[in-house]
Amino acid sequence: MDLSYGSEYDAFREEVRSFIRENKDKQPQAGDGIKSQAMRDWQALLIENGYHSRTIPREYGGYGAEPDIIKSRIIAEEFGAERMHRGFNGQGVTMLTPVLLEMGTEEQKKAFVEPTIRAEMIWCQGYSEPGAGSDLASLTTKAELDGDEWVINGQKIWTSTAHHADWIFCLVRTEPDAPKHLGISFLLFRMDTPGIEIRPLVDMTGDANFNEVFFTDVRVPKHQIVGERGQGWQVANAILGHERGSLATPDAAMNRLNGVKRLMREESINGAAIIDNPVFRDRLLKLEGRVLAMQYNDMRLLSAKINRNQDVRLAGMIVKLIGTELRHEIECLGIDVMGEIGLSYGDNPHVRGRGSWQYQYMFYLGLIIGGGTSQIQKNIISERGLGMPKEPKVEPKKVEPKIAPKIPAAGAK
Amino acid sequence: MEFGLSQDQLLLDDSVRKYLSSEVSIDAVRKIASGEQSDSDIWRGLADMGLAGIIIPEAHGGAELGMLDAVAIAEAMGYAACPGPFLSTAVMSAHLLNHSGATDPLAGMASGDYRVGIAFSDFVGSRKGAVTESASKLSGQSLYALDASADAYLVALADGRTFMVESEHLDRTLLTTIDTTRSVCELNFDQTPACLVTDDAQLVRDTLYRGRAIQAADTLGAAQYMLDQAVAYSLDRKQFNRAIGSFQAVKHMCAEMASQLEPCRAFVWYAGHAFDEAAEDAAATACHAKAHLSEVGQFVAKTSTEVHGGMGFTDLVGLHYWFKRIGFNRQLLGSPEAVRHEVAVMQGLCGD
Ligand SMILES: Cc1cc2nc3c(=O)[nH]c(=O)nc-3n(C[C@H](O)[C@H](O)[C@H](O)COP(=O)(O)OP(=O)(O)OC[C@H]3O[C@@H](n4cnc5c(N)ncnc54)[C@H](O)[C@@H]3O)c2cc1C
Repeated sequence: MDLSYGSEYDAFREEVRSFIRENKDKQPQAGDGIKSQAMRDWQALLIENGYHSRTIPREYGGYGAEPDIIKSRIIAEEFGAERMHRGFNGQGVTMLTPVLLEMGTEEQKKAFVEPTIRAEMIWCQGYSEPGAGSDLASLTTKAELDGDEWVINGQKIWTSTAHHADWIFCLVRTEPDAPKHLGISFLLFRMDTPGIEIRPLVDMTGDANFNEVFFTDVRVPKHQIVGERGQGWQVANAILGHERGSLATPDAAMNRLNGVKRLMREESINGAAIIDNPVFRDRLLKLEGRVLAMQYNDMRLLSAKINRNQDVRLAGMIVKLIGTELRHEIECLGIDVMGEIGLSYGDNPHVRGRGSWQYQYMFYLGLIIGGGTSQIQKNIISERGLGMPKEPKVEPKKVEPKIAPKIPAAGAK
Repeated sequence: MEFGLSQDQLLLDDSVRKYLSSEVSIDAVRKIASGEQSDSDIWRGLADMGLAGIIIPEAHGGAELGMLDAVAIAEAMGYAACPGPFLSTAVMSAHLLNHSGATDPLAGMASGDYRVGIAFSDFVGSRKGAVTESASKLSGQSLYALDASADAYLVALADGRTFMVESEHLDRTLLTTIDTTRSVCELNFDQTPACLVTDDAQLVRDTLYRGRAIQAADTLGAAQYMLDQAVAYSLDRKQFNRAIGSFQAVKHMCAEMASQLEPCRAFVWYAGHAFDEAAEDAAATACHAKAHLSEVGQFVAKTSTEVHGGMGFTDLVGLHYWFKRIGFNRQLLGSPEAVRHEVAVMQGLCGD
């Protein structure tokens, strides 16, 4: 066991710290939206200094550093400790960019990566459909080739940030006769293309962050496809891998847990601080034990990225499931320690932490469902992690030609 | 940066697991649990591998390894439901004696000939009466001392003063618990001659925390065994013309066990490592690990048994030895609630 990053990284850490000291005031503030100049300026400053898009090659607008897991970790630690804004990390940045770099054509990389990481081109992810959620591969939005254009018809749902997005990366069915996983393609197109209609969906937090998106004869240039026709499922899966790990980090969970501790010191009932209540304290400490387990699990995962001989498949597979459920419970404790004050929301003058406890409690329930539900995670863990049998495949019901019922022979029972 | 067991630690772990799987069969466990056989052959074998003296300095015949090594071994022992005084003699007593300067017994302990038990009930929190001392003589009662065949005991009083008492001067009674693979006893003192080993409460506390880290690792190993058994059984057992492991309810039980258990591995390693290299974290991490593993262990013990159906409930497959081992680790040296309270005190969240 060697937990030091090595003295060669001390200078790097110092560099990050001094960047933070000097630039703290330039961070975007709470009101700055994803399309504000403040956000773009901050994004540019982070990239220029290697604190965002660090390993993306310079020719595509990144900082162009060699991958160095420890340096990335140090940046995360220092930014986390000072609660610094990590820059814009929408779905285009975290999910599309890695896939374009791996599977995109040279023209696609040139055209999309730089504006995406600079937050100048905002993307949304068009995967889920009303009839295709957990069973994503059953999606039916279709794209047919007409000359040099795809013509798209169908509907997406739960499309986060579609109302802000300039572009969409979208899964469509292009080979209706192929088996379901082999008939999908991965298209990129502008959200202002004629024939796209966006209807906001209000979620339980009161926000309207996701949408229904309808496509009626939407025409998209033929070359705006990533990978080959019918390869969209592989492309999408490469991205889902990137999505899962990033949804629930244990360091953020520990920050929130420390927030609960502060709340418990500040809040009181009949003059007694909540922290003096042994029942709440035990709940707090129990959660702390669980967060610690996830933090050390995270160190193990980090170590395995550096030391390739360590097997951490299972340790990685459980992060989305445990991380999101744990976070939801931490937020729940935050509410519970406040009792009726914990109900406060919106403009209520008694609200604590700008309503973040209730908001995050609900938001993390969304994350438990989104990006592969907890049940789907358990399927994956049991099948790929523990080697248990796969779910039986049920073929879609064939419509049988109607045959007149047989008339039983006389005397038959 | 490297988080995990080193090449040497993996080799040691591997050889211990090989030994345990051949020598500590379910039959052996059964015989020891029923009192038909003692654990002395197994302990002798482990001592010959250097495990009785794992943390004892080389100068006293030990292997002089660290807590991370000890924790890895404890995990392997939990996996095998291995009887023997690893927790009491090899870790807790060895640490306390070594650091109090009372090193005479260490050589005998390292060779496996001499066992020093742990009577910490007053120090952890007495449920009944207390042991008192006057003029180097002890009176009163200490409960749940580990283990019943020790040659001597380290008796820690409520204030942390710790005495060594030879078993020949003692009135002791074996206490039956759910887990009869590990023996505990009641020590009755009546003006019993005792020798002060230390009055350094900090050292005694540190010894207790080390014990808890070992218990956490032991529970991890035992729970991992129960999970492995559940998965294997579910692939073998058929109902409704299919392996029960193909039912989603069963798959999800196993996935839930694995998801809770897997992060515990890193947690337990860090708890061991902290004693060796990150002293400031050691106490809180060991306590947290013990409490957390108690909860996860309890869940796995119950769930694995359920996956086995009626078979899990029988004596026949012997799964219950692991179930009971996990329950034993949970209560001994502090229940999870009590241990979490100690962490809260350490963090200044509340008074004693
Ligand atoms: C906050 C949020 C943001 C989202 N953002 C986006 C986005 O930007 N783009 C996008 O494309 N999608 C997005 N989604 C959609 C998300 O990926 C889906 O909601 C999710 O995959 C579940 O699909 P579903 O809602 O259709 O539920 P269903 O698949 O209908 O599931 C309903 C219930 O059935 C269970 N279930 C289904 N199949 C199985 C099975 N095989 N075994 C056991 N249980 C099963 C589920 O676990 C769940 O409990 C978002 C969702 C949320 C909540």
